[in-house]
Amino acid sequence: MLTSITNVLRACVQKNGAAVVMSARTYADFTSQATFEIKKCDLHKLEEGPATQVVMTRDEGLQYYRVMQTMRRMELKADQLYKQKIIRGFCHLYDGQEACAVGIEASINLTDHLITAYRAHGYTYTRGGTVKEIMAELTGRRGGIAKGKGGSMHMYCKHFYGGNGIVGAQVPLGAGVALACKYQGNNELCVCLYGDGAANQGQIFETYNMAALWKLPVIFICENNRYGMGTSVERAAASTDYYKRGEFIPGLRVDGMDVLCVREAARFAADHCRSGKGPILMELQTYRYHGHSMSDPGVSYRTREEIQEVRSKSDPISMLKDRLLSNNMASVEELKEIDVEVRKEIEDAAQYATTDPEPPLEELCNHIFSNNPPLEPAH
Amino acid sequence: GKAVVGLASRKHQRTSGPVEVTVRDALNQAMDEELERDERVFLMGEEVAQYDGAYKVSRGLWKKYGDKRIIDTPISEMGFAGIAVGAAMAGLRPICEFMTFNFSMQAIDQVINSAAKTYYMSAGLQPVPIVFRGPNGASAGVAAQHSQCFAAWYAHCPGLKVVSPWNSEDAKGLLKSAIRDDNPVVFLENELMYGVPFEMSEDSQSKDFTIPIGKAKIERQGNHVTLVSHSRFVGHCLDAAAVLAKEGIECEVINLRTIRPMDVESIETSVMKTNHLVTVEGGWPQFGVGAEICARVMEGSAFNFLDAPVTRVTGVDIPMPYAKILEDHSLPQVKDIIFSVKKTLNV
Repeated sequence: MLTSITNVLRACVQKNGAAVVMSARTYADFTSQATFEIKKCDLHKLEEGPATQVVMTRDEGLQYYRVMQTMRRMELKADQLYKQKIIRGFCHLYDGQEACAVGIEASINLTDHLITAYRAHGYTYTRGGTVKEIMAELTGRRGGIAKGKGGSMHMYCKHFYGGNGIVGAQVPLGAGVALACKYQGNNELCVCLYGDGAANQGQIFETYNMAALWKLPVIFICENNRYGMGTSVERAAASTDYYKRGEFIPGLRVDGMDVLCVREAARFAADHCRSGKGPILMELQTYRYHGHSMSDPGVSYRTREEIQEVRSKSDPISMLKDRLLSNNMASVEELKEIDVEVRKEIEDAAQYATTDPEPPLEELCNHIFSNNPPLEPAH
Repeated sequence: GKAVVGLASRKHQRTSGPVEVTVRDALNQAMDEELERDERVFLMGEEVAQYDGAYKVSRGLWKKYGDKRIIDTPISEMGFAGIAVGAAMAGLRPICEFMTFNFSMQAIDQVINSAAKTYYMSAGLQPVPIVFRGPNGASAGVAAQHSQCFAAWYAHCPGLKVVSPWNSEDAKGLLKSAIRDDNPVVFLENELMYGVPFEMSEDSQSKDFTIPIGKAKIERQGNHVTLVSHSRFVGHCLDAAAVLAKEGIECEVINLRTIRPMDVESIETSVMKTNHLVTVEGGWPQFGVGAEICARVMEGSAFNFLDAPVTRVTGVDIPMPYAKILEDHSLPQVKDIIFSVKKTLNV
């Protein structure tokens, strides 16, 4: 009954363009949760996979929307600042891949651990960094999350180990974090991310071997965005079934554009790890709108049509928005309000990031050693 | 450079007095004591557990501490070094053994980019309390790929401490310090020294005995020339000094103990007294430890006290040959040190 009333109301607004009728709506009119059918995962060495019918609550949906929108806007602002030369050096943007970071974080605890490569701004945010300190790090200011000393690729916060510049090096590190979890018996796990390009690194296979041998609680996640810099997966890998590359490690191939798919698969993977079964591998099929980095326009090795097609058919934020609206879990206005708030947060953060002073020169030689006095620089 | 004195009180070893301990056993004791002291310490590397260590340095530790604390790894240096660094980031205190430092080259990215630089890049958020240890430099007859000295390579990098013990006290005290240090330490042992016994003082037998990283030791006082060395060649310097003493030349022998941070002050103080400096190392000459010492002395207060240019005695600038006669002539010998001292003193 309520649903049909609100549908009528919505129809009225569309015809009249009037806001008056909408102000009568209360949150009690929204569906508090709905069940969604999601894509089945491809499985490797697994009898069964994650559920394909999942529940999302209104609160969860709004939260995922807000976080993804924040990440999206933050990356687009970084693009702007880079073009204005306020951000320098490397800047690898994550827009398009938001569902991965958000879906993963939704399935683990902040007390779990996560490590990724250099396309890390989104994860720094989901792991607890603020937009302000992320942007100030990009602009190299003292208020940055690493006091301006790390930059885009070297952001850290509690239980988040960066931000790593050397392709593939983060994978053994992640397994090491997992070893520490197992050693300390704290039931925590480590999510260890790498890209389709990194997936061909030898040290990853060394890590698969040790993680499986020692049953380390690590979730290996390959974010396959189809291109390792300018090289498509077909040109780089003899086998593009990245979820199978762990061979003896069970694997899942997941629709990385759907936050619910990612969440469900990550939950499944986390259960697997926490039950002592050892590592598991997830391939998230995702896409980046930007080029590899800000110095790559991203259209010499792929077509604008391809990019546009993904944007129009598979954008993670649009997909979530459609789900929320068509299941009456949120209103257009509500989501617009979130957009406005996000925009403001990003603007404020950018303002901070461009006005905060650079680190003091006295900091130059600090932080070489822990629990040591500052060293004199060699003259 | 073999030591030392016979023991007066062998029967009463446990209760008092100095004892003879090989470098191997000193390292073993250091690890045993630190494993016992702090639960977060663990050892990983190839053959460290069930084989008792490729060179038996970790003998008995697996039996005592088990699989959790003493971990045999597959032959995957880059992988297991990275795992060790990750474990250090997450709160443990790993000792990562390289069977020899030649193999560390495969893992060097993890040592430098993941371990050494992280505390700085994170502006102090993420310390990496790890020790990378293993034999470094030439052995005997193991040829070019297994004989390289990595002191200069690692000591080049900020964020690392690089330690190079000579005798048993050095080995024990410095390894304990390295394990207790909250920073990445590269601990360069020497295979030829493992079996050499040295007298260890009573103090050095205490479970709390540590030697500070970054401080050199004057092994022998002298007035005429300063000899600076590290690791095995400290012994060669002492042998040369004994021979030269008979001719009235008194050498001051400095055992660096730590390559980075280097105790330049001790070197300068000595040079200001002796006015002559000879450096001795097993590594290659270019960009080496001796080259750094020359630069630092030239830049500092001791320069004006030099009566002659510094002489470097180093390994020959070639890959290590196999044939014994060639190998012997690829590394500093006592006679080379004596020759260099006399040349520097112009006698």
